[in-house]
Amino acid sequence: MDENRPIFPQIAEQIENDIISGALPEETQVPSTNEFAAFLRINPATAGKGVGLLVDAGILYKKRGIGMFVAEGARARLVSERRERFRDQYLAPLLAEARKLGIDDAQLVRLITDTSPEKEH
Amino acid sequence: MTTVVEVRDLSKHFGPVRAVESVSFRLEENRIYGLLGRNGAGKTTLMSLLTGQEFASSGRIEIFGESPVENARVLEQVCFIKESQKYPDDFKVKHVLRTAPWFFPNWDQDFADQLVTDFRLPLDGRMKKISRGQFSAVGVVVGLASRAPLTFFDEPYLGLDAVARQLFYDRLLEDYSEHPRTIVLSTHLIDEVSDLLEHVLLIDDGRLIVDQAADDLRGSATTVVGGREAVEAFIGTREVLHRDGLGGLASVTVARLSDTERQAARAAGLELGGVSLQQLVVRLTSGTPTDFEEKSA
Repeated sequence: MDENRPIFPQIAEQIENDIISGALPEETQVPSTNEFAAFLRINPATAGKGVGLLVDAGILYKKRGIGMFVAEGARARLVSERRERFRDQYLAPLLAEARKLGIDDAQLVRLITDTSPEKEH
Repeated sequence: MTTVVEVRDLSKHFGPVRAVESVSFRLEENRIYGLLGRNGAGKTTLMSLLTGQEFASSGRIEIFGESPVENARVLEQVCFIKESQKYPDDFKVKHVLRTAPWFFPNWDQDFADQLVTDFRLPLDGRMKKISRGQFSAVGVVVGLASRAPLTFFDEPYLGLDAVARQLFYDRLLEDYSEHPRTIVLSTHLIDEVSDLLEHVLLIDDGRLIVDQAADDLRGSATTVVGGREAVEAFIGTREVLHRDGLGGLASVTVARLSDTERQAARAAGLELGGVSLQQLVVRLTSGTPTDFEEKSA
């Protein structure tokens, strides 16, 4: 948990990550608010607020009396949202740092190609 | 939302000392509150007033809608675990655990027994002889097993080692989930408990200076770091919570920034950092700190 920012969006992000990675497949039940709270050692109301964010966004839905489930199509939606943010969130700081160190675009591309595990294939 | 505690314009003076000064707030049912502040800020006095153990100099207190002073109906709903609880001279741990149920109608004996095992408490140990950590653990057991609708823990972890403190936090959360109630944790170990808190009351020098949701507080301040001139230009006339510097570098903590302001700061080459609850409390209550004291915070 990052202590320097509100916790509830971080809870939402963790659940999103699990949905994207496939650890929480669509139409499966997610842990209850109290289970999240106990596991992450946080206040249950805070955990509830994080889960609530995803319910409002339609990523999770409530089955009355049973619990919270991952909505159909949730993974695809999250992946496309994250891809949209990728440029701002990852590329911009990468380029800024590269500029600071005098790494030009060609060097950067080479660095990426060399580092990527896919180059072996 | 049901109000459990309502305090209006409460003051407590000991001679010239204004231990609590014009404090007003409410506590809502089934939340975990952090009562934070430095040593001597007035936390214990405030809790003693709320539990009818001290008389107010002025102001009003309502606990479950009534005054707590000599009011059995209210007090059986309230558990106050004091940092320095006094026990009769020859009291052993088992005597404390045998008498506690008389005062608390919701007492859960099985839970108490389980906690005694968890904390490895010596039932035949004398309260005067056992270690500070064991003494604190007895308070923790009573505070949890009492299941009082309003429970105060005043620095409950003194002498408890890291394992026992974690055990306390875990049992507290588990039991609170199953048996919701209003809990007030008074502490200066803020980093350890900050994730457990839903709401924060911060007192400084007898006055209430923060009464806010913990998660709102966590996002409420930003530290702007960069070259001194760039930082100062960005800060302008904003209210500064804290200022730090090293050579040509400045690090200034200000209140919440909007997304546009954050973009502007980044565009100006400044770095933005968050501020944890503990750092925020330090910044709000540290009077006139020197630059170096604050570096480590």
